[in-house]
Amino acid sequence: MLYQLEGSHAIARTVALCRPGVVCAYPISPQTHILEGLEELIRGKKLENCEYLNVESEMGALSVAIGGEAAGVRSYTATSSQGLLYMIEAVYNASGLELPIVMTLGNRALGAPINIWNDHSDAMSARDAGWIMFFAETNQEAADLHILAFKVAEKVHCPVIVNVDGFILTHAYDRVDIPSQDKVDDFLPPYAPKASLDVNHPVAIGTMVPPEYFMEVRHLAHRKQEDSLAVIECTAHAFEKKFGRNSGGLLRRYGSPNADTVIVAMGSVAGTIKDAVDELNQEGGQFEELSIICYRPFPAEALRNSLKNAKRIIVVEKSLAVGIGGILSREVELTMKGCDVDVITVVAGLGGRNITKSMLKECFNKKSHEKITFLGLRNDIIGKQYVPINGDCC
Amino acid sequence: MSHLTIGNRLEKNVTAQSMYDRSNSLTSGHRACQGCGEALAARCILDAAYIATDGKVAVINATGCLEVFSCVYPENSWQIPWLHSLFGNAPAVATGVAAAFKRQGKENVRVIAQGGDGALADIGMGCLSGMFDRNDDVLCVCYDNQAYMNTGVQRSGATPAFSRTATTLPTGDYLGNDVQTGKNLPKIAMAHGIPYVATASVSNIHDLEKKVAKAIHLKGARYLHVHVPCPLGWGYPTSETIKVARLAVQCGLFPLFEAERGKVIKSTPINAPLKVEEYLKGQRRFAHLFGKNASSDALITLQNIADDNIREYALVGDPNE
Ligand SMILES: Cc1ncc(C[n+]2csc(CCOP(=O)(O)OP(=O)(O)O)c2C)c(N)n1
Ligand code: SF4
Ligand SMILES: [Mg+2]
Repeated sequence: MLYQLEGSHAIARTVALCRPGVVCAYPISPQTHILEGLEELIRGKKLENCEYLNVESEMGALSVAIGGEAAGVRSYTATSSQGLLYMIEAVYNASGLELPIVMTLGNRALGAPINIWNDHSDAMSARDAGWIMFFAETNQEAADLHILAFKVAEKVHCPVIVNVDGFILTHAYDRVDIPSQDKVDDFLPPYAPKASLDVNHPVAIGTMVPPEYFMEVRHLAHRKQEDSLAVIECTAHAFEKKFGRNSGGLLRRYGSPNADTVIVAMGSVAGTIKDAVDELNQEGGQFEELSIICYRPFPAEALRNSLKNAKRIIVVEKSLAVGIGGILSREVELTMKGCDVDVITVVAGLGGRNITKSMLKECFNKKSHEKITFLGLRNDIIGKQYVPINGDCC
Repeated sequence: MSHLTIGNRLEKNVTAQSMYDRSNSLTSGHRACQGCGEALAARCILDAAYIATDGKVAVINATGCLEVFSCVYPENSWQIPWLHSLFGNAPAVATGVAAAFKRQGKENVRVIAQGGDGALADIGMGCLSGMFDRNDDVLCVCYDNQAYMNTGVQRSGATPAFSRTATTLPTGDYLGNDVQTGKNLPKIAMAHGIPYVATASVSNIHDLEKKVAKAIHLKGARYLHVHVPCPLGWGYPTSETIKVARLAVQCGLFPLFEAERGKVIKSTPINAPLKVEEYLKGQRRFAHLFGKNASSDALITLQNIADDNIREYALVGDPNE
């Protein structure tokens, strides 16, 4: 049924339809409304048989989810930014223990300086943590991705982070279809754990692994993620069949097929980029937009196939690896190794900086780009503040 | 009544450890040092919990000696459902397990979180306090060997005054770990008003088992703090673990008591308290307090701590009569 909902509430209602048995909550903007929403649904008996735990920190939140999942119960939490950093040790632990927890990340910048607004720095800090990572473009997709996330996670025994742009999606009201409980139950059967804490079949989970076996553990984790690509695609098809709309999967393309210039991005900024691409194409240009929905495992082959005719790839990314530059753009560049194509890094929207259609159009229309473009950078400030460091050693 | 006797003890008084069919929750083959108090206490506690619950117990272990020596893949000494996650999160993981068991209607499976003094007094104190605050259905056991043993005997928040550790080496005027208020975990636990807090010593297995058997069935958050000497970290012969543990109790430095909802309800009397020197002098970690450069001030300070305990917990005479 269609509702006019805040993104966070659409997510909360969809998560509730997935019937988690353990939900752990710790507040941090912009994720907080999701867990408040779930609280309300649980107290109001809209979600039954669920333990809702107000914990003392994000480390506690993910650790409780680890325990819940290890004892065989579907477990969920959500966080943002500093919260993700605070729990990062448990983030690596959950994937190492192969526990299919689903966590929403309401994407927000990392401090210092403290900043509560949206960018993807938090997600990037967990990109190598062994979780599957999805990025939502719209509120509808943000909600749907959670159903897909539980399904995929439990199939491949790997936790999933659903990235949802803070404020831009979490706090925006939009029309969202919330599916019926029957349909979700049909799509997502009860959780069957791989190995759990069971007195009838005692196992030791999380033992120390010495050098003779550790490399194999990591190798297998990598193989598992690579194999998950097919599962993610197939699950998205099954979702479309069941729910009648396209959500999730690996990539999504929009605009002129086989255009010279392809703009690659993740998350909600795709909406603005599509508008820019539409106008540029109406003005006689040849532009295509490509969203990476599944960022981990990285869909290298699908991406390479989609980009094989491009002459120019502009990666618009909401994060910056200080000391090297783009993160997503490096990964795209590596994927396109050996192809005759320019990969251009456009860092945009850091700490919630506006990304407008006109800024994007101007950027996409440029004939040549610098090594790295900071979209909308205030050069007046940089001019005053930047003092080159003298190259002497003392 | 059957008078099966083991050694010279009547059945009624038999410990889980002396039963011929003991459960061996932590079985042989692990890699603890000879004479490890922590290994011994863990086996006693978990066997007692196993027997009291008819085998319905699951354990969440923090990183530390107990975890490292018991499970190096592909070997593993645990015969009960067991999980190790991280150094600082065992109580929170246990909360999740207890919540999941509740959802599955398996509240009869009792959940134990366990770790060292470092895991619980220091890095995991937030998670521990949160578990207490929510009164989650978890028994947390702290194996207090008074330092970070697994990483090579560094100071923890539970290291006693004047103790020599790798990070509090007595040198010149510096007499080892500073005298400070310290982190008294049993008292911190009691301040949360949780249903049950107890201290125990690996030198008194009967008392230890009784406390476990009681604690394991209580609902809500429970805390058991066990004094476990470490021959490697404390510097005494491996054959003397029980003796060292007993001396700590008998001099008053480690009082044995039980508390309910924040109030001490019972303590174990020590009839003729020994001087703290009797406990300290056999351990290398306190050796600098004796001999040529002996510090009588330090010994007086430690004796005062013991005397305060004796008064506070009414250890002399039987306080229950
Ligand atoms: C986050 C983190 N910091 C540090 C360590 C290193 N470390 C592992 S065990 C340990 C000490 C454990 O001390 P304690 O909890 O007292 O247990 P013990 O080994 O003394 O039984 C430390 C510091 C770690 N594993 N994780
Ligand atoms: S160092 Fe101490 S606590 Fe660790 S295994 Fe050896 S005796 Fe036991
Ligand atoms: Mg210790």
